[in-house]
Amino acid sequence: MNKLNYRVVIFLFAFLFGVVFSIPSLTQSDEGKKITLGLDLQGGLHMLLSVKSEVAVESKVKSIGTTIKYQLEKEDIIFDDLKIEDNSVRFELLDKDDLPKVTEILKDDFKEINVKQNGLSFTLTLSPQLIEETKKNAINQAVDTIRNRLNMFGLAEPTVAKQGMDKILVEVPGIKTQADEQRIRELIAKAAHLQMMAVDEDRDARVNTMSEAEAKQYGDVILTDVSNPKQKYLLHSIPILDGSMLVDAKVGYDRQNNQPLINFKLNGQGAKIFGDFSGRSVGKRMAVVLDGKVYSAPVIRERIGGGSGQISGNFTPQEAHDVAIALRSGALLAPVQVEEKRSVGPSLGADSIRASMIALIIGFLSVVVFMFIYYGMAGAIANTALIANLFLILAIMSLFEATLTLPGMAGIVLTVGMAVDANVIINERIRELLNAGNSITKSIEQGYNNAFTAIWDANVTTLIAAVVLFAYGTGPIKGFSLTISIGILASMLTAILGTHGIYQWILPKIDKKRLNFWFGIKTKGAK
Amino acid sequence: MEVFKYNQPIVGFMANAKKFGILSITLVVFSLVLLMTKGLNYGIDFAGGTVIQVKYKGDAPIQQVRDILNKNGSYKGANVTYFGSNSEIAIRTKSTSKDVSVDVSDQMNKLLKGTGEYEIRSVDMVGPAVGDELRNQGLMAMLLSIIGILAYISFRFEWRFALASVMALIHDVTISLGALALFQIDINLPILAAILTILGYSLNDTVIVFDRIREGIRTIKSAELSEVIDESVTRTLSRTTLTSLTTFFVVLTLYLFGGELLKGFSFTLLVGVVVGTYSSIFVASPILMWLKFSIAEFRAKEAEKLKREKEREKMRAMYEQGTM
Repeated sequence: MNKLNYRVVIFLFAFLFGVVFSIPSLTQSDEGKKITLGLDLQGGLHMLLSVKSEVAVESKVKSIGTTIKYQLEKEDIIFDDLKIEDNSVRFELLDKDDLPKVTEILKDDFKEINVKQNGLSFTLTLSPQLIEETKKNAINQAVDTIRNRLNMFGLAEPTVAKQGMDKILVEVPGIKTQADEQRIRELIAKAAHLQMMAVDEDRDARVNTMSEAEAKQYGDVILTDVSNPKQKYLLHSIPILDGSMLVDAKVGYDRQNNQPLINFKLNGQGAKIFGDFSGRSVGKRMAVVLDGKVYSAPVIRERIGGGSGQISGNFTPQEAHDVAIALRSGALLAPVQVEEKRSVGPSLGADSIRASMIALIIGFLSVVVFMFIYYGMAGAIANTALIANLFLILAIMSLFEATLTLPGMAGIVLTVGMAVDANVIINERIRELLNAGNSITKSIEQGYNNAFTAIWDANVTTLIAAVVLFAYGTGPIKGFSLTISIGILASMLTAILGTHGIYQWILPKIDKKRLNFWFGIKTKGAK
Repeated sequence: MEVFKYNQPIVGFMANAKKFGILSITLVVFSLVLLMTKGLNYGIDFAGGTVIQVKYKGDAPIQQVRDILNKNGSYKGANVTYFGSNSEIAIRTKSTSKDVSVDVSDQMNKLLKGTGEYEIRSVDMVGPAVGDELRNQGLMAMLLSIIGILAYISFRFEWRFALASVMALIHDVTISLGALALFQIDINLPILAAILTILGYSLNDTVIVFDRIREGIRTIKSAELSEVIDESVTRTLSRTTLTSLTTFFVVLTLYLFGGELLKGFSFTLLVGVVVGTYSSIFVASPILMWLKFSIAEFRAKEAEKLKREKEREKMRAMYEQGTM
């Protein structure tokens, strides 16, 4: 045998590298970087959500209404007809003397809002920039909120990421049943919009006969009870305060009937508003409204300080748990909608893994046997390179903690077929040269030389297609182009450099009288 | 083992080029007609809709499921088929729902209650807007990779080689799409990936034949292009066959054992490997001939390049001597 040359050293090193770094993935050990299985293989939920950001704009307008109402009341300014219409807030002053005070408030607290004044009536609208900003904010906030909720739910490694301008990608691996999946979807979609609303005591008696339109005229809204849809309430549409002032929400139990309920706590500002309002409204009712349903509407007996309250409804413990998470992580400023959903049960994922593993093993074995029969030892050398190639693909994917999808598995199987191509080309060239009567050394060196440009150009063209696919593909397809690309690059190292090094290393052993054993050809033998 | 002997007589491919040309044109025209009449059967990835895969314990009551869905207004016309085995069915419907918390699968779950013991194995739902986006992305990917490959081959070979290889490519993709239309296979994202792989594979094959022709122009004395092509193609015949065989084998195992989900994908590849191999020998090279590729011109250019390189080397040598 010759001394070890640099080619074979690099190859052995690459082989070792491949084996060492693919071990964590192969043994599924907890330590070390490893390949993550795609949702199509391990089961899970993949969703592409869009955000109805125009709803965030509407509620922004509503909250401006709430603030202006609060400010005006604080300054004892008398006003009438505070209404929200077509994304603008309108109100009218009754006393001309209040004008300077109102102008002052509007100048100080509502800088980014367009104010139109016509005598004593005011119209507030959002500037286009503010609308844009509100929409963007709603999307970013939805990403954060959904991520928080899924993290708090306690699932392993959910992914929540913004995709493009206005879409959200949610991936939750490891969901076991359809019921679990639905529960997670409910948690994601829950608006968790908590509001304290005052009951319009003057008109509530007529609520059962009142139309929505009539209620709107009074600046009211009709909402139903969560457990009894027949029970209706007439509420002032501008809430006293909302969930944005909430700092904590926890599951608790009612001492009397042991029913689960949710205890919440408000921040300083919220507590003050709550206290002021309850102080002014003793004897009246205040409704706790969650996502447009009235959970309770107790009569206020005294001023409530401290800023804590509770939501009771007919919760199951699971529901209470999820609602508390949703409240803690904050409300969604705008509702989300499904654009794309792919959910795979764990049993299907396992079947897919098994099927593609069988294909990989059979494909691999048939190629290996075929190469050995056709090329003899030259085929065996090519097979060594092929094995090294497989390990390298796994190792590189492990190091990048890449995701292996079903098309990705198909890519690996395909690589097995295509990676030996380089060796087929090289072996054919070597045979040609041997047949022409060249020496073994010359045939090998010249053979590699002749084969190189063909292999190079062919691989670069395939790589171009794979890279484009990676850039434009989504989800599973990315996995396919990734394994193909890594396979091509690794084959350059193993099939060209590696096998060349092996030949140079074992050159003295190659018996020119046994070309059939070494290269699978019957020839009269070299000179 | 040797199938193709080194002294293999040179095959007169180019003499028969016309026959293969007619065969190819017939196949391409037939595929185009199929694409126009039958059309591609876009799956939900590109057309939008929902596919639900349900596995029953024992045989699936497919007729009962059809009846239930037909009675329900919103799923009328849903397509229910066996999927891989008698115990598994796939329900395809055009309808999608935007609601996150209650979607088509939940409604389906309610409807299927009472049809036996089953498990919903997967739900794929793609809204129409996303479908359009995916289709545009797919077309874009195809176009971009063709442009990239054209540029690379022009740079490495010559524009006629690039044009010939892209024409062979279009030939392969058209016939593969024709096969997909003929068998009405659901076009989904993995099939797009398969088509792009065919693109790469077919080129791979063509490039290797072209590489040999490029070499042949330098080493073979004949000035007749058809003779150079014949000899070069004959020399690569063994490689082309072997690689195609190993790839074909592997794709076949994927088709046979890879599971129902990879069926369409591996079928497309099977067609692609066969057509791609055929085209690299019988389509790409004749086109090169018909594009009036001139050996003399190419040789002159190569000689020019060599001369320039030699001169540069001479200059460098002189320069090095001068500085020494």
